[in-house]
Amino acid sequence: MKRIFVAAVFAANGCAYEALDRASPEASAITNLHWLIFWICVAVWVLVLAFLAVGLVRRGSTAAQDDRRRTLVVAGATGVSALLLLVMLTASVITGRAVATPAGPGALEIEVTGHQWWWEIRYPSSVSDRVVVTANELHVPVDRTVRLRLATNDVIHSLWIPNINGKKDLIPGRATSLTFRPRRIGTFGGRCAEFCGYQHAKMGLLLIVQPPADFEAWLDQQRQPSVEPAETALEHGRDVFLHGPCATCHTIRGTAAFGHKAPDLTHLASRSTIAAASLPNTIGHLAGWVVDAQRIKPGNRMPPNLLSAPDLLDLVAYLRSLR
Amino acid sequence: MSSPAEKAPREKAPGDSAEERERAELARTWRKRSGKLGLLFSVDHKTIGKRYIITAFVFFLVGGLEAAAMRLQLARPESRFLNPDIYAQVFTMHGTTMMFFFAVPVMLGIGLYLVPLMVGTRNVPFPRLNAVGYWFYLMGGVLLYGTFVMNRGPDAGWFAYVPLSGNAYSAGHGMDAWVQIINFTEVSALIVAASLIVTVFKQRAPGMSLNRIPLFVWAILITMIMVIFAMPAVIFAAGSLNSDRSLGTHFFNPAEGGDALLWQHAFWFFGHPEVYIIFLPALGMVSSIISASTRRPIFGYTAMVLALVATAFLGFGLWVHHMFATGLPQMGEAFFTAASMMIAIPTGVQIFCWIATLWGSRPRWDVPFLFVLGFFFTFVIGGLTGVMLASVPVDLQLHDTFFVVAHFHYVLIGGAVFPLFGGVYHWFPKITGRMLGRTLGIWNFALLFVGFNLTFFPMHELGFHGMPRRVYTYSPDRGWNGLNLAASLGAALMAVAVALFLINVFRSLRRGARAGENPWNAETLEWATSSPPPAYNFVRIPVVASRSPLWDREGGGFVTGMPTDKRLLLVTHALDAEPSHREEVPGPSVNPFLISLTMGLGLIGSIFWLWWAVIGAFVSIPVAFLWYWTEEEP
Repeated sequence: MKRIFVAAVFAANGCAYEALDRASPEASAITNLHWLIFWICVAVWVLVLAFLAVGLVRRGSTAAQDDRRRTLVVAGATGVSALLLLVMLTASVITGRAVATPAGPGALEIEVTGHQWWWEIRYPSSVSDRVVVTANELHVPVDRTVRLRLATNDVIHSLWIPNINGKKDLIPGRATSLTFRPRRIGTFGGRCAEFCGYQHAKMGLLLIVQPPADFEAWLDQQRQPSVEPAETALEHGRDVFLHGPCATCHTIRGTAAFGHKAPDLTHLASRSTIAAASLPNTIGHLAGWVVDAQRIKPGNRMPPNLLSAPDLLDLVAYLRSLR
Repeated sequence: MSSPAEKAPREKAPGDSAEERERAELARTWRKRSGKLGLLFSVDHKTIGKRYIITAFVFFLVGGLEAAAMRLQLARPESRFLNPDIYAQVFTMHGTTMMFFFAVPVMLGIGLYLVPLMVGTRNVPFPRLNAVGYWFYLMGGVLLYGTFVMNRGPDAGWFAYVPLSGNAYSAGHGMDAWVQIINFTEVSALIVAASLIVTVFKQRAPGMSLNRIPLFVWAILITMIMVIFAMPAVIFAAGSLNSDRSLGTHFFNPAEGGDALLWQHAFWFFGHPEVYIIFLPALGMVSSIISASTRRPIFGYTAMVLALVATAFLGFGLWVHHMFATGLPQMGEAFFTAASMMIAIPTGVQIFCWIATLWGSRPRWDVPFLFVLGFFFTFVIGGLTGVMLASVPVDLQLHDTFFVVAHFHYVLIGGAVFPLFGGVYHWFPKITGRMLGRTLGIWNFALLFVGFNLTFFPMHELGFHGMPRRVYTYSPDRGWNGLNLAASLGAALMAVAVALFLINVFRSLRRGARAGENPWNAETLEWATSSPPPAYNFVRIPVVASRSPLWDREGGGFVTGMPTDKRLLLVTHALDAEPSHREEVPGPSVNPFLISLTMGLGLIGSIFWLWWAVIGAFVSIPVAFLWYWTEEEP
């Protein structure tokens, strides 16, 4: 059910992605502040240009008492500017405090790690086989505070899901975090905002805000090891995966593949996109990606794979069975 | 309003044969080395200033072509015109070229050309060192474009964040070259700064006390002081990165106790003042143009000077607003927000003072003035979007989006390039002796103004819709297509405008109307000598009794009795410009060129083999000795 929903949203003009939305209290506060400052600035610009225009058309004198008046006007304008800046500064600091409120103890903690050019997402647990690892798709329950603990595996990235909150950098050797409380169910686009190399343009992710029950169901399902192949073709596909180069970089829990350089594929078929949210997860895109990812995202770390047609078909069929 | 022909050149009193003799002897004393090779010997501040200006404009054209390539790529979604590798090189080159090889050097060049004329002296105090500055700058540019032409240009962005710019993610010589060009350009900027600061403090015409210095000279002086404080930070940053890359140190490697954020602090401690280093000279140009167009002194001289000083001061206190997304303590955020907003006040004061000057003045609507009006329209937008970005929460949404791209182009093109074009139209007659064409100039302005706004205004909106900067392409279903296409069309208009400017320059050089000494009837001393000025600038050093020496002739006069058989400068006291003593400056020499060559080869060679740095140093020693021994006795 939810997969159909996600797929439908993606098919119909992608996902929600807009900087000045109100999908969380944080984003809402920022949007209010934004428009306050914006309209003050518009008013100032109009006034300055209006004064300039009037000054250009009118005929004036250069007498000494005129100088005194001009001094007063310039001083007054400076005073008004200072006052407006003070208003904006105060509003900004108040909003900043509200947005940066530390998460309480009930917050859902999720670890997000940036890689060139995809996102590793980990739902930690004290029990090791209850840890969920996935990629490029962040599921959260609605109306619960979420704290993303951010880290990077290589260069500096910056996580930005504009409808939800501002951005936060992922910096080597530094722990950063981003807190928000989504209040609208839906799928939201996110991306890397700091230039991080050739495929910075296509380093996206999806934030999927769900009803709590759906979220728990999703989490339970993600905790399972991968689905065992039910037919010989799928079994052959798995063998292609395990004996080819795939397994050196990817993990499929429940099999012998436990590479850590690339996204975890244990439940690949449950995700609505591939290639860091740059392509829909369809059979055609998946096959094309496996064969020659370099054509699609030049410079990414996935090598081209020369596979015979039956091998490729079975491999893709196997990957698409990993729900 | 007087036409050039009516102006009586005040130095050429008929029958003044003593003055004719002085003129002839000065020409002999200050003559340049002739012949093709003589170009390598130049030490005249005007020659070197012109070289900076022309070279910087060449880089402006190249950087503009890079911008055009990016706009071509982004005109439609999923375009395959540039691949991600080339795109990364192109935007890195565009930023590096425009910041390090166009904007700062062109301001240095105009300062070098005009400041000695405006303060009424004959040359800068260290003419040979000054020559080294230009050669360093030129070599840096050749090095940068050498790597780019071989398709191995730097590709980590013009602010080169580590670790992306480190060895692990940017192997190869592109980034090494980028690091070296920092050294070349910053050394050159420091040399100009030293020259001009001493010029302004110690070589002003007698009577030009601190409160009579033209506003343009104040702007340059304050800029040069900023250069002295800002450049060491980036030289440190580049040096550390160089050492991390080639010697295996760990300044920026957190795994070994280094810190990736250290780079950002060091870079932006330079990078933010850099914006003001570009922008303050432009403000000086605006003051010169407004006062010449309105035939009024700028209103609120003291406030204007204090505003410049305050801008420079605050400019060093807000580098962290480039780093709001890195996660800062609340207190720090509030401080840098306050500082970033506060800098709007001195800028506002200047805008208000200019409007007060213009109020009811019925200005002369020449091309330079049109560019000043363009400056008001666009720069105020850029300043106000800067206020928006100073707010941390707002910035966290807009940071690294096209909104920021729009903002800094409004500040840098609106705030610096528009005045610069105005300045070129204003001072071209002084530099070449001919006026730039008026009709072409109006078209140049109109197309640039429309094209600029069409290019960059939609980018604000793109930022609101979440389009990040530095992406080589975007998906067609985001709704960004129309605005991007508009931006690309605007870029085409800008290209036409720049082409018209070039046509205007080349036509006017041959066929422009003769300018005369003071075609705008302006107030400052550079207009008190012939156009173009002779090598010695003034036959007799003027004595100044007012802020507008060409408008209030009372009390002014000339210094007499200076020997003309040596290259002598009149040194005056820093505060009141009372004459102090005479100082001889050296003449043409090839040694600045030679030592730049040997040191430059060492620096460039060290990219490929570290020991070249040592070789370069050793080879430079004999040249340094040669320089020392050929220096004239004072």
